[in-house]
Amino acid sequence: MQSTSHNFKDNARRAIADPNIQAAMAKMKVGFTGKRLAAAARLPEFEALRDAARDIKNHSLANLDFYLERYEDKVKETGGHVHWAPTAEDARKAILDICRRVDAKTVTKGKSMISEEIALNDHLEQAGIKVVETDLGEYIIQLRKEPPSHIIAPAVHVSKEQVEADFRAQHQHLPAGRSLSEPTDLVNEARQILRQRYLDADVGITGANFLIAETGTSIIVTNEGNGDLTQSLPRVHIVIASIEKVVPNLEDASTILRVLARSATGQEFSAYTTLSTGPRRPEDPDGPEEYHVILLDNGRSSMLGSEFQDMLRCIRCGACMNHCPVYHAVGGHSYGWVYPGPMGSVLTPNLIGVEEAGHLPNASTFCGRCESVCPVRIPLPKMMRHWREREFERHLTPKSVRGGLGIWAFLARRPALYQRLTGLGIGVLGILGRRRGRFKSLPFAGGWTKYRDLPAPQGKTFQQLWAKQQKTRSTTK
Amino acid sequence: MTSAREQILGAVKQSLKRNGPNATNLETCEQRLSDPEAGLIPERSRLPHPAQIDLMEAMLIELSATVQRVSSDNQVPDAVVDYLKTRNLPQEIRLAPSMDLLDLPWDGHSLLKTSSGPAREPDQVSVTGAFAGVAETGTLMLHSGPEGPTTLNFLPENHIVVLRTSQVVGAYEEGWARLRKVFGNGVMPRTVNMISGPSRTGDIEQKIELGAHGPRRLHVIVIEDGDSAA
Ligand code: SF4
Repeated sequence: MQSTSHNFKDNARRAIADPNIQAAMAKMKVGFTGKRLAAAARLPEFEALRDAARDIKNHSLANLDFYLERYEDKVKETGGHVHWAPTAEDARKAILDICRRVDAKTVTKGKSMISEEIALNDHLEQAGIKVVETDLGEYIIQLRKEPPSHIIAPAVHVSKEQVEADFRAQHQHLPAGRSLSEPTDLVNEARQILRQRYLDADVGITGANFLIAETGTSIIVTNEGNGDLTQSLPRVHIVIASIEKVVPNLEDASTILRVLARSATGQEFSAYTTLSTGPRRPEDPDGPEEYHVILLDNGRSSMLGSEFQDMLRCIRCGACMNHCPVYHAVGGHSYGWVYPGPMGSVLTPNLIGVEEAGHLPNASTFCGRCESVCPVRIPLPKMMRHWREREFERHLTPKSVRGGLGIWAFLARRPALYQRLTGLGIGVLGILGRRRGRFKSLPFAGGWTKYRDLPAPQGKTFQQLWAKQQKTRSTTK
Repeated sequence: MTSAREQILGAVKQSLKRNGPNATNLETCEQRLSDPEAGLIPERSRLPHPAQIDLMEAMLIELSATVQRVSSDNQVPDAVVDYLKTRNLPQEIRLAPSMDLLDLPWDGHSLLKTSSGPAREPDQVSVTGAFAGVAETGTLMLHSGPEGPTTLNFLPENHIVVLRTSQVVGAYEEGWARLRKVFGNGVMPRTVNMISGPSRTGDIEQKIELGAHGPRRLHVIVIEDGDSAA
């Protein structure tokens, strides 16, 4: 998908003025956070499991070459095919080749962020293949021709009235007078429409939450069951996964699964956790005849061994965005590409470049909530800081910011001058603001005073107050 | 030209600054594949077997599934027919082609139509066995094979699962151990489904709705056949 990350500021301004997005965000920020908290409280081992999940991912990444090779061996052993894709283009090509070979007319898809990352739908559609998203949220945004705004709740920004309007516009063969005002009606209608699509499809494409080296298995975690219908009815099942999804064994996956749903939706376990290994066996009464796995790198191998390696632990639970005050304010689309929120602010510059996505790591208050809820304890704020440093080193930071930082650095190295100047400034502001106690506008501080008043300082700096207090202490002792 | 495979593995090795064998500690890694060890298992499910069965039932109910216990195999058809009647469902079921299920005394119910095999589109009710029940979260483990078509677990609107108390275990890891006993180490059937309640979605304004694409209802008939058969 075409990125608009460089337009983050404009995107954000528009989102803040959009009442639909604001209403949706107000709802999501209480829903997800409360449920996660309750689920965590119910499992005394939750924090220890987060440590264990982090350690498993670290071990897997430190030995990624080993586990990838062993995983591949196992997939082949069970009759599946592995396609290595260094870039998004390689992945798209591999998938289209398979579809062409089996003469696919229709493809159904389970939810996959990797598919968004490589912009698969457009590519297949341009080749004349009909692509049907089957996850309800993905189906809704496909109708709306929008990208997802959240990694686990792609249509979280859409109201039920909007969904109703979309369904009426798209499902014209259904009676116009039908009731569609409740979510139940909408879910039932989507169910009815998609049912036939599953049965018609030639190829089913899913993502993967995990790849298991021990057995050559791919795992998907869903609630709707759409992924299962997608992968068990058509003749061909294609899995798209990025290389960092591999973990050693089933026990390791179980440990991570224990923190995944709890962090994501606050469920104890998602409704469907499905393990797929190879194509159907000769004696199986159903299942796909072909099983393919696309292993995508697309920049991940160069994150290994860098200060961004920890980001590869991400299990795409969405907790960081569910808890992010910036995400709550601007919604997912403002981030301008596939991955929003704190994880996107770290990952996106890695995948599409800091020149394009440099605003994202700056869109943080460094409040630290993302790191405090991340099930695999990714130090997200620290990594956003790494990006800011890199930007600065590469002179990508705007002139005004560089200038400001330069002046500050000059002063910070000269404490006496710093104290004199700040003392003077605060003193003057204190006198000027004495009458009203606040400023409605101030030169050089328009960005602040445009939205709120600046309280007038009391006339002394912290350092001055501190020095005075120390002095009185030592005299009263 | 290097292949895509070598390109990726080469880049991974380079980033990991690897110039020897492809693991930091080959032995540990090998062992993790050949002899997987359980990690931290929550205390919640470490209970005497009867209490695990109670936990399984309680968790299933929490997940909006329904549960009925029966004391022998022969009572299963009665339980199925009762279930269909109380939900106003047609007296027609699609059975998993397993001897355990096919051999049950279905003929006692002359109005009940039975057939077996993979699910077909208008099938409304499926009846399948299970491989295990994981008490920890009320999760059913089913796997594909000649006796277990996967489509039965997803296509019909109503899924009835026959679970034996001897199949109930505490944690997922115990399920894997049983699976390895049947299939061998490192070997898996094509599909293992871990099912925790009926299909659901929260994709429209985060309101949870049951029956998004998979079954709207999940009913578990528990046969009390005694203790752990492991
Ligand atoms: S960074 Fe952590 S919290 Fe965010 S999606 Fe990834 S695993 Fe979840």
